[in-house]
Amino acid sequence: MISTPDFVLVVVIAVLFAGGVYLMLERSLSRVLIGIILVSNGANLLMLVVGGPPGGAPIVGMTPEQEMSDPLPQAMVLTAIVITLGMSAFLLAMAYRSWQLNEHDEVQDDLEDRRLARQAATDQGLRSELGFDGALPATLDEDAAEARDEMALFGEERAEVDWE
Amino acid sequence: MTWLVPLPVILPLAGAGLALTMSRHPRAQRVISVVVLTLVLVAAVSLLGLADRGPLVVDVGGWAAPVGISLVSDRLAALMLSVSAAVTLCVLLYSLAQGLADGDEEAPVAIYHPTYLVLVAGVANTFLSGDLFNLYVGFEMLLLASFVLITLGGTAARIRSGSIYVVVAIASSLVFVVAIALTYSATGTLNLAHLAQRLPEIDPGIALVLQLLLLIAFSVKAAVFPMSAWLPDSYPTAPAPVTAVFAGLLTKVGIYAILRTQTLLFAEGRADELLMTAALITMLVGILGAVVQNDVKRLLSFTLVSHVGYMIFGISLSSQAGLAAAIFYVIHHITVQTSLFLVVGLIERRGGTTSLIRLGGLARVAPLLAILFFVPAMSLAGIPPFSGFLGKLGLLQAGVADGSLLAIVLVIGGVAVSLLTLYVIIKAWNQAFVQDAPDDLPDTTLPRGMVGPTAALVALGLTLTFLAGPLYAYADRAASDLLAQSPYVDSVFSRGDRGVGESPEAAEGTPP
Repeated sequence: MISTPDFVLVVVIAVLFAGGVYLMLERSLSRVLIGIILVSNGANLLMLVVGGPPGGAPIVGMTPEQEMSDPLPQAMVLTAIVITLGMSAFLLAMAYRSWQLNEHDEVQDDLEDRRLARQAATDQGLRSELGFDGALPATLDEDAAEARDEMALFGEERAEVDWE
Repeated sequence: MTWLVPLPVILPLAGAGLALTMSRHPRAQRVISVVVLTLVLVAAVSLLGLADRGPLVVDVGGWAAPVGISLVSDRLAALMLSVSAAVTLCVLLYSLAQGLADGDEEAPVAIYHPTYLVLVAGVANTFLSGDLFNLYVGFEMLLLASFVLITLGGTAARIRSGSIYVVVAIASSLVFVVAIALTYSATGTLNLAHLAQRLPEIDPGIALVLQLLLLIAFSVKAAVFPMSAWLPDSYPTAPAPVTAVFAGLLTKVGIYAILRTQTLLFAEGRADELLMTAALITMLVGILGAVVQNDVKRLLSFTLVSHVGYMIFGISLSSQAGLAAAIFYVIHHITVQTSLFLVVGLIERRGGTTSLIRLGGLARVAPLLAILFFVPAMSLAGIPPFSGFLGKLGLLQAGVADGSLLAIVLVIGGVAVSLLTLYVIIKAWNQAFVQDAPDDLPDTTLPRGMVGPTAALVALGLTLTFLAGPLYAYADRAASDLLAQSPYVDSVFSRGDRGVGESPEAAEGTPP
């Protein structure tokens, strides 16, 4: 018997993926987290749908063999749900920690990106207007070393420079 | 002797649980971790010997093969397991000495030990897995452990770099889950050996989609361009031993998954040209990134990305010579890259910084440290007679033997990248070890417990040079197994279309 998957479920999967991907492209970690949860629910639903037509409980003696549903995708979805739960808990903790440290939970720029931004601001004479303080180091090498030391202060709960 | 196969997964997991209950007794935790990892090393090396006579298969829970999950230890898996066990043990000893020297301030050790053991179990699980979904579970185990390790202490810098690492890793896992769901829908199985039989029978277009989805998921983990940008940003901020084990092992787990799936599941090699192009760009972009770096940790992270390209190059050739060279290169790179990051940890202790601008004159004040840096660094750059030279030579020979235009371009690119690596390494050597430091370096000594494991790992790298003959022959046999497919598939389906196991209803009943 060839059966096509339920149309409504396919639409729901598409919506979950689209919304999830949109949210994952946001900068705030909590939105990224919601996006991840949406996409992984979409993926779990996908796994259920590809498991074939719905049927009875796959227990010998309870359901005739022809009417059983495939138990394997259900077991896999269960595993995937547990894993997503663990990941979400970790991301939540991380977003909270980021908020504790920086008073926001936005994913911050790469070190090199920040150096580029600083350099570009200097080149365009916008330095003071954008709130960059202090003199720029004379050479690129010194600038790099300075940026590194700024990041090397592991132990201190120091708020990052907010570039926005 | 098949009871040995699950040990590299079970022992660290049991050890992790035990270490967690002992969270108030740091000394007991240390003993547990060291004992467990030593046992894993013994088991892995025994498997290395046994697998040479044919793959060992365990059907988990006694469920016969395509129904149950199998753990397969063939030559490739055993080789990867042995090297990873040796490396993780050395890194553990190093981190213990660092913890003792620092008074455990920077790393909350109560969490460190269980997490580290889970990481080891996850890595072993991915190497041994004979099932696509179990491979996913292995990946998640090692990823979750790596999330904890990379944000250890929860400082601002680590949360910043960690958030990028975590989000990228989860995104790639989601791609992997989707690929698994679609594979199951297309073939009705997830057992790798079963997939090897069924995938050639399905529509080639769908098979190509599955191949590319899996490649994307694994390439993110292996840091293949254009999915490599997360690596140089996230690795350097973690503690030195953590960075070392990540750089050595985690990208290689991705490489292993690519190697396994491209040879066993998609043997036609329809993505070879794509992989070759990706390999070339990965090598070039990585090394150009390293050229402009002034921080030795970031510099090494970029060379790591660059050298992932070499392994992809070997895999993309799909020939026995290419695969053998890729396997040898993976083994070489795990040891060398890990020892380099451990040495950088020592440099940071001795010089107080990893910035090449501020370091200097270390060769005079710490000659042993200079030797420990020089040997693996030259091996990384591919200077004869070190193992890096042998691996690169094998890759270049395989590329020339392939003879296609793209392969020749890759050979030229490989030589150029090798020279650029040498330039980068010499530059770092000059700045950190030879030139005078701008300011005086702090006057400290290195703890012997940290130098010891580093020296052991450097020595292991040297041993690879001396044992290159037998090791390369072993890698060659592993490559021929991979290409033939039949040793793997036949050992999983040891009873015709079933594996050994006690699931009589499933084995004897007629399939629906």
